[in-house]
Amino acid sequence: MGNGRRVTKAPPLRATGATRLPLGAALGYLRGMNLRVTDLACARGPAQILAGVSFAVAPGQALILRGANGAGKTTLLRTLAGLTPPLAGRIEADPEAIAYAAHADGLKAALSVAENLAFWARVFGRTTTQSAIEAFNLAPLLDRRAGEMSAGQKRRLSLARLLVTGRPVWCLDEPTVSLDAENVARFAAAVRAHLADGGSAVIATHIDLGLPDAETLDITPFVAKVIRADDPFAEGLA
Amino acid sequence: MIGLLTRDLTLAIRAGGGFGLSLAFFLIFTTLVPFGVGPQTAILSDIAPGILWLGALLACLLSLDRIFQLDWEDGTLDLVATSPVPLEGLAAMKALAHWITTGLPLVVISPALGVLLNLEPPAYPWLVASLALGTPALSAIGTFGAALTVGVKRGGLLVSLLVLPLYIPTLIFGALCVTRGAAGQDALTPLIMMGGITMGSLAILPFAAAAALRVNLR
Repeated sequence: MGNGRRVTKAPPLRATGATRLPLGAALGYLRGMNLRVTDLACARGPAQILAGVSFAVAPGQALILRGANGAGKTTLLRTLAGLTPPLAGRIEADPEAIAYAAHADGLKAALSVAENLAFWARVFGRTTTQSAIEAFNLAPLLDRRAGEMSAGQKRRLSLARLLVTGRPVWCLDEPTVSLDAENVARFAAAVRAHLADGGSAVIATHIDLGLPDAETLDITPFVAKVIRADDPFAEGLA
Repeated sequence: MIGLLTRDLTLAIRAGGGFGLSLAFFLIFTTLVPFGVGPQTAILSDIAPGILWLGALLACLLSLDRIFQLDWEDGTLDLVATSPVPLEGLAAMKALAHWITTGLPLVVISPALGVLLNLEPPAYPWLVASLALGTPALSAIGTFGAALTVGVKRGGLLVSLLVLPLYIPTLIFGALCVTRGAAGQDALTPLIMMGGITMGSLAILPFAAAAALRVNLR
């Protein structure tokens, strides 16, 4: 698994030596703990949203994505998660490393908390959900159906799914929406524990989670000027 | 992947509408036919194979738009797409779950409805055999249609338009098998032809459905 996950045919925007990894980063990558993005261009539908995004996330490190509403944070995270193919550039990560959490909770209203977690554990080939239940204090809610819970409780269950996946790189899209202060602290503790275990996280959020040595990436400079990727007149604008 | 199947079956039982809806539609459809056609038993026996197959086909069609739509709306589809389960496996499991909740009950109930329509006695084994062999193709084709229209608002009608033409070969051979069985002729040939269509659908369409899902998730 030494190669990048996706290499597209578009030429690199800058002639740097970024296609070759330094040894240290390559070793980090081989341990499945790292995410490296080089000159990435992302699209949503036919519209190019971002261009020239480059960053790397080391094991134990968190990257906070900032940017105005509609700047392209969700698009970037969906591209990282592999849901949308990149227009150009490369994403280097173990394909099995990334756990994605979207705006939508992905819960089944007719299933209980325990059944929802057990389902995701099965999908990700895991057997235990205990640590996830403890991290988000879900034990009192285990037999409650997801459809009967509040928005914040659903969010806690949705975030607990991340622990169930056991994957090292978390890509989180506004994870603290509808959480109260106590549960934001619980979530921040879960992220810190994940980082301490050598995991990584890319988090799009507007609040301060108080994570140690988290880097912040403002995506505003990368917002693409090209409106449509297939616009024949757009080439000169890029 | 078995987890996906058991979850879908649990949801079908809990939420209702999974097992019951198509079965109730099939029952009502076939019991309405004698009211429309008239009670002449000779006419009913003649049209029974076609009516039973048409009823099963329309009952299958009824629940197609729910196959992926609910998972798409609550975000589950995105999350499954980023999980170790391949989308091909997801499509196959969805088709299997649809068959268990829709096709299988139709197969089981069909002899009782054959009585209502005065189906000739020698046709019963062929009716059950042809439905058992043909409904998996209906589920597989329907899953492909549902994958094509996932994310389309009120896509149910679009699914019907896409899927109904693809149902024609299964309908022709299925109804022909039962008609020939009723007349005491060789019914094995259409049954084998339909089996071929089913095998082909099961082999190819999960891959096509997964490709359609990948495009629709972008």
